[in-house]
Amino acid sequence: MNWAVADVVGIREETPTARTLMLRVPDWKGALAGQHIDIRLTAPDGYQAARSYSLSSAAGDPVVAVSVELMPDGEVSPYLVRGVSVGDQLEVIGPLGGWFVWRPEQTEPIRMIGGGSGVAPLVSILRTHIASGNTASVKLLYSVRSPEFVYFRDELAELTDAARAEVTLQYTRHAPQGWTGALGRIDAARITAWAADDASDTSTYICGPTRFVELASDALVATGVDPMTIRTERFGGA
Amino acid sequence: MGIITPGFFGKKREEDPKLPPGQYETKDFPVLSAGPTPNIHQGEWSFTITNESGEKTSWTWDEFMKLPVETVDTDIHCVTRWSKFDTTWRGVSLDTLFENVETSAGYTMAHSFGGYTTNVPLEDLLDGKAWVAFEFGGEPLDPEHGGPARLLVPHLYFWKSAKWVNGITLHDTEELGFWEVNGYHAYGDPWKEERYYYDS
Repeated sequence: MNWAVADVVGIREETPTARTLMLRVPDWKGALAGQHIDIRLTAPDGYQAARSYSLSSAAGDPVVAVSVELMPDGEVSPYLVRGVSVGDQLEVIGPLGGWFVWRPEQTEPIRMIGGGSGVAPLVSILRTHIASGNTASVKLLYSVRSPEFVYFRDELAELTDAARAEVTLQYTRHAPQGWTGALGRIDAARITAWAADDASDTSTYICGPTRFVELASDALVATGVDPMTIRTERFGGA
Repeated sequence: MGIITPGFFGKKREEDPKLPPGQYETKDFPVLSAGPTPNIHQGEWSFTITNESGEKTSWTWDEFMKLPVETVDTDIHCVTRWSKFDTTWRGVSLDTLFENVETSAGYTMAHSFGGYTTNVPLEDLLDGKAWVAFEFGGEPLDPEHGGPARLLVPHLYFWKSAKWVNGITLHDTEELGFWEVNGYHAYGDPWKEERYYYDS
């Protein structure tokens, strides 16, 4: 596998600080839900910088989507969030990663917990679940700071209907008007209650900032969930 | 050398000979793990080397702490492209651990609590190239970073430095570990950018 020159064929403003880029990659042969690609930028003097981004598109989609969150001190994300236009080209390699993946052959229930931009690969799993006609039950707990920071906000309802998924949003700072759900940071008790009735063979996917993933996975393990059934993807330092 | 990205200049930079190709420096210490962080008490920790004929050499935590300890100052390079310079570790050299191990095997598999594995050629663990480390930056190693003890093989990408390590098995032929089966390179030299399985 080599770096490929992908065309940016669509851009959607996802949140005030994030964008979804739709990329057409030559000879793309599909991915597994949950995989990522690396995107590489090259400066005029030959300097290169590359970062990994989870796919949010379904495994079989011919156009791949990645969502990029602007890192205040970042090197690649400011360019991808503020600098790229439709028609530009970007070098990509992938799909990558063989562990944080969901395959349509899996029949066990799916439990997903996402924090902030960590919802992206979970949406790929949702989309792939729908596209494959898989009938396993799927639930998602999505922690997000406030309504304007909800990724895929326009599609989430549609996707979750199509997947017959049970989706729980938790706002950590501000909730929309009239919100009757939970507000505030997710804690262990919240995770435990949310997962209490899940079947013991459920597979868990958790993606988000390191502290969030640690908390959510520790809470599940404390209730007796087998650690080998929990796949995690963390970002940021500890 | 790829296509030029119009309008991209990158951060202000100087050529840093300590930075392998495709890496950037971070002051942070990102956490990458496949699953939950296991919580292992020193009392339940032990470390076992098993040679190709099945002979075992084991240490409990207390026995391990009586072995000669080395301080290691090194740079570390993660396959996800961050490098962290001038990290300080304390641990026991693999040369010490292998002193009384009889083997003619060429390959090893590091095993961790939780069932994770990673493969490393034996020669990459010996001659001052690898340690079982239990301190980072003067503090006991955090569980997120592999505590109570992790392998430290700083000349390879950092996933080879198996977290929560509890043993090494010796093998005559190369087998692939957990990460290598899941898409990472069998060897993982950061200076050759051996990141993924197809970067042969």
